[in-house]
Formats: sequence, C-alpha cells, structure tokens
Amino acid sequence: MFGSFIKKSRAKSPWIMHFDCGSCNGCDIEVLACLTPLYDVERFGIINVGNPKHADVLLVTGTVNHRNKKVLKNIYDQMPEPKAVIAIGACGNTGGVFRDAYNVVGGVDKVIPVDVYVPGCPAKPEAIIDGVVAGLAKFAEKVEDAG
Amino acid sequence: MNTLILVIIGIVVAPLVGGLIAGLDRRITAWFQSRQGPPIMQAFYDVAKLLGKEKMVVNQWQILCAWVYLIAAAVSVALFFAQGDLLLVFFVQAVGAVFLVMGAMAAKSPYSQVGAQRELMQILAYEPVLILVFVGFFLVTGSFSIEAVWQLDQPLIAKMPLLYLALGYALTIKLRKSPFDFSTSHHGHQELVKGVLTEYSGPYLALVEIAHWYETVLVLGLCALFWSTNVAWMAVLLIGTYLLEILVDNTMARMTWRWMLKRVWLLGMGMSVVNLIWLYAG
Repeated sequence: MFGSFIKKSRAKSPWIMHFDCGSCNGCDIEVLACLTPLYDVERFGIINVGNPKHADVLLVTGTVNHRNKKVLKNIYDQMPEPKAVIAIGACGNTGGVFRDAYNVVGGVDKVIPVDVYVPGCPAKPEAIIDGVVAGLAKFAEKVEDAG
Repeated sequence: MNTLILVIIGIVVAPLVGGLIAGLDRRITAWFQSRQGPPIMQAFYDVAKLLGKEKMVVNQWQILCAWVYLIAAAVSVALFFAQGDLLLVFFVQAVGAVFLVMGAMAAKSPYSQVGAQRELMQILAYEPVLILVFVGFFLVTGSFSIEAVWQLDQPLIAKMPLLYLALGYALTIKLRKSPFDFSTSHHGHQELVKGVLTEYSGPYLALVEIAHWYETVLVLGLCALFWSTNVAWMAVLLIGTYLLEILVDNTMARMTWRWMLKRVWLLGMGMSVVNLIWLYAG
C-alpha cells in the first residue's frame, strides 16, 4: 500500500531543476514564467529547486557546447534516480540555428539521455508544462519496468 | 497506561498534523499571491516521493545525523504528549537541532557549510528565549512539569503575555520563516540554494522533513499551553498565531543573522526578562 502511494506521489510532486546551456534566455524566461500566478505550476506540486540532489526532472535549455557538456553530465549524475530529462526549445533539441557552429555539440541528447523534447523558439509555457507532464508519465513507465 | 497511549498518539498524530499544517501553509501563501496553490496533501506526496528515491549520500555521517534529528524530534514530541518535564523536552530537541547542524557540517559543500553556520546562529538566538519561557512556566506553576499547567484555573497568557510574544520569535525561527529563514530558504534559487538541507537528498531529506513536522507540532504545542483552560480559546490562539506567522513570512524579506541576534536578544529576551520580573515580584 505504501509502495503504491510512493508511486502515485512521484507524478504529484515533480521538483524541477533548470539548467541553461547557454541559451538566448528566451526559453529560460518562459520556464520561469510557468511559476508566475498566470500559469502557477505549483498547483501540480512542481517546485523549481536550485539543487540537483533534490530534483526529479532536469529542464535543459540552450545549445550544448564543448565547455558545458561536462557540467551538464555532472548535474545529471548528481540527481538521484528515478529522474527525467526534458530538452526545451529548438537549441536544446537539436542545436537549433547554432547546430553547425564549430563549438556546438548539438542537442542535449548527445550528452545525456532525453525523455521529452519540447519544441519552440522560445518554447511556450503551456508546452513546457505539457512536456513536464509527459516526462512524468515516461518516468512512471520506467519505474514500472524496473519493478 | 494512559501515558503510553498519549505517547503513541503523539508519535503517530504529530507528523500527520505537521504535514497538514505545511500543506495549508502553502495553500494560504498561494492565496496571498493570488495563485491556486498545491493540494493540501502536497507535503505528504513530497515526502513519499523522496522516500522512494535513490539513496545518495556524501558520507555516512549524514545518515546518522538525519536519523538522530528525526528521533530527537519524535522523542521530544512524545515527552511533550506524555505530560513530561519541559526541561527534558527542551534538551532533547536541542540535541536534534545540533545533529542537523553536524549533518550539514559533515559535507564540504560551501552552501551546506554556510547553512550550518547560520543554523547555529539561529539556535543561539531561540534557545535562550525558549528556556526563559520555561522559567516563566516554573514561576507560575511552581514546576517544570506540563501536568501542572493543566491544573491552573487561569490561562497562562494572562500572566505571561510578553513571554508569549517572545515565544513567537522562537516559533518563527524554528519554523524557518522569513525574516529568519536564512539557514534554509523556502525557494531554492536564492544565494544559499537550500542551506543546511543542500547535501541531503532522497530518503534522508524526507527524514529531515518529517522531523520538521514534529518540531512544528512541538512549538505549536508549547503555544497551546498558554491557554490551557479552554479548548476553544486554545484553538483560536493557535490558528491566530500560525496565520500571523504566514503573514509575516509573506510580507518580510530575509534579514541577516546580526539583525536577528539584535532583535531576538534585545526585544525577545528583554520582553521575557520584564515578564519574569513581573511574575517574580507580583
């Protein structure tokens, strides 16, 4: 019984951590807009934490480059399982218009496994909230598969 | 036998009440900001989720410190419900508070270290006030036992109103609310990330959270003793006090530890001493 309560609670209390791999700040502002009274993601139990050790969901914006890929990997490794990664915006998904630049690695999935891709330039707050909800469904599946 | 039942009620019911209070707190805070806010059960979802996460620790000390913090908080609530000795309750909860600091000190992270130093300052500020409040209890009832409070025919708040105000300072510090929330900030994106809680994660963070619920109930229980003669007025006093705490939390900015020491030592202890002199002379 307690086990099933824990499983249910996972989807009800996703703490997000937001990492900017050098985006133009457009997607970041939209992520923070989700916390304003207009979108109020706290309704869903979502808290924006600043600490990977407390986070369940990692939101990544911006293009990954050779300098910050180590930081991204380090943050990902510090998050306790179960966890989900959501790439936000065109840059986070593929590298966007910067994909051919010599310093750019590409999308977030070149460095860490990504569960959900949220498109847009910048991504809309509605799309980000949608992405987080889809990400939760994914990691519920993952937990289910792992037993 | 009755004592045993009271102890069990204390240990089981206190965290449930504490969690509900935490949920209501977030709901009312959201209302202040014209948001809808999370469900009232949110605090339980958070803790259940944390309990189901991977166990990651920086070192073994953190495990011990989280457990001792929880056990000390639970034991102090149990002693309180068993109508035990106020001094014993005080010392047991102090042990818990010190172990929380030790857990944070055990990790090298600067956030954790700074949080631990600030937590020590907070302990330094509220513990003398608490002990003076207990001295007030002694002067009125002639005993440090909680049982003696129930035998009074006049509420304590009539005799120690200033001590109640001083206890309000201790309550704000103990609940880690603004303007005294500088060892752990509610919002993770501040200069301290999460202070003493930075290096705790998963199940151990859940233990610390449950211990915090116990402490909330303990301090609110102390406030309840101030109107022990009438249950209805006791409820009014508690609800009023807690709503005031939430209001203060939402309208105040965080201050520095120097500001806190000045305010709490000068005003809090000043009010306590004036009240004690009044009790002693009158």
